[in-house]
Amino acid sequence: MTRVPSGAAVEVTGLRKAFGDKVVLDGVDLEVASGTVFALLGPNGAGKTTAVRILSTLIRADGGQARVAGHDLVKEADEVRGAIGVTGQFSAVDDLLTGEENLVLMADLHHLGRAEGRRRTAELLDRFDLTDAARKVVSTYSGGMRRRLDLAMTLVGDPQVIFLDEPTTGLDPRSRRTMWETIRSLVASGVTIFLTTQYLDEADELADRIAVLDQGKVVAVGTAEELKRGLPGGHVRLRFADLTQVSAAAGLFQDATRDDDALTLEVPSDGGVRALRNLLDQLEREGIEVEDLSVHTPDLDDVFFALTGHPTAEKEAVR
Amino acid sequence: MSDAMTMVRRNVRHTRRNPVVVIMTIALPVFMLLLFVGIFGGALNIGLGAAVQGDDYIDYLVPGILLMAVGYGASQTAMAVNQDVTSGIISRFRTMRISRTSVLTGHVIVSTARTLVSSVLVVGVAVLLGYRPDAGVSEWLAAVGLVALFTLALTWLAVAVGLAAKSPEGTTPFLFAVQLLPFVSSAFVPPDSMSGAVRWFATHQPFTPIIDAMRALLLGTPVDNHGIVAVLWCVGLTVAGYGWARLLFRRDPVT
Repeated sequence: MTRVPSGAAVEVTGLRKAFGDKVVLDGVDLEVASGTVFALLGPNGAGKTTAVRILSTLIRADGGQARVAGHDLVKEADEVRGAIGVTGQFSAVDDLLTGEENLVLMADLHHLGRAEGRRRTAELLDRFDLTDAARKVVSTYSGGMRRRLDLAMTLVGDPQVIFLDEPTTGLDPRSRRTMWETIRSLVASGVTIFLTTQYLDEADELADRIAVLDQGKVVAVGTAEELKRGLPGGHVRLRFADLTQVSAAAGLFQDATRDDDALTLEVPSDGGVRALRNLLDQLEREGIEVEDLSVHTPDLDDVFFALTGHPTAEKEAVR
Repeated sequence: MSDAMTMVRRNVRHTRRNPVVVIMTIALPVFMLLLFVGIFGGALNIGLGAAVQGDDYIDYLVPGILLMAVGYGASQTAMAVNQDVTSGIISRFRTMRISRTSVLTGHVIVSTARTLVSSVLVVGVAVLLGYRPDAGVSEWLAAVGLVALFTLALTWLAVAVGLAAKSPEGTTPFLFAVQLLPFVSSAFVPPDSMSGAVRWFATHQPFTPIIDAMRALLLGTPVDNHGIVAVLWCVGLTVAGYGWARLLFRRDPVT
């Protein structure tokens, strides 16, 4: 089960795709190391799903090259298909079959043989907490159950590279947590995960590397830490009892931003212990009383805003 | 080939889980049979007289009703294929290392078998209602072969329609076509009794030679050149439907 990570699981150079005159991917380069989680992060319409559809051999690119699991996407499409698993944004399960029959269908298509197919089906039903619903027709399943079955079906073929297109969009918080745990356990077994998400916390939580996609272009790539490093946005927020205190403190910190209505002062800072101690010492010496203090470190929202000049779609996209 | 068999098993399960499909495929033609034999039959017998071959109107009617059953069965397939497309399961199959067209082949095989079963049941009901064909064994075999060929033709067309439609409702024009075309053919009355452009259309559209050939086979009268025209239409429609379906399936999916 455990595979030795070696080389790149996904290599993409200059990927282009347009639908009519609408350019969806405009020269995308990506590299995903084996055995890692890679997140393609971007708002709705950034081209994430198109990238997954191309890399999973579903649609053809207009230009550029890609290798998945060591095989050329175009010349060795069948080998690529043999090495990947795809779970799309909208569950591709057979509504008229039971959960168990769906898994057996996948086992048959992977030519696992009757006994092995049964064994794998039982194991996956158990793993995804679907044993009780195994004999029920899928049209009666809840959204979370469908999503779990969808992923279970993807795993029947024991894929090396798994594409997850917005795996938690529309899931309730509990199902979301469960999906995250599943993804972590998959990576632990040596699989490479290529996921797309519009949730910054999801990329931060799961991904070893993140590429930020905006309007068909990769605008940044790196670890969550690398993306956050050196960004504006880190500050300590001080709240005071009255305006005199705010003014006194503002005199101390020239680069701070004051908000007289909220009686607050935002002092740029990396939020580290040393910086905090210095800050509090200075206030102490001047006899300024602080009502409240909070440390704000830059998160991926800040990253996204700094990179693209517009916020993510996270707030509007509640489905 | 084993992938196609897996898909066949999948479609058989669908049919078993949804028996309404089979019942409707039989119920509708049987209803038409009752309607035309019981209500219009007497009048048509008198009005058409010698133009209606055989002794009884039901003997004239059954082949057309059979083709309506085939058409209805095929339109169910168009819906089922479209559901596979719109639900996204075809996309899943496309990303798997399996025979590319196995999902379509599975639909065609099961649909053809299902339609043949309902055809047998429709003939059974017709016999109960007084249908008395005079066909020998070879004529029966030829008739069954012709129904199978016509089923294959309509089913491949249905698959293409299912792939082309944007939603299951988008396949209804196909249902209309296969249910209405028999009315403007030799199914219920001979085209000779129709007027002008309608007669020309009824004479030249594919249902008429196929129905005429079936009728001649089952009543034991000379088939003439209806047989060859019927087979040519079936083969032509099959090639067209298969080619269209293949073309659509090769195209990048949009959903």
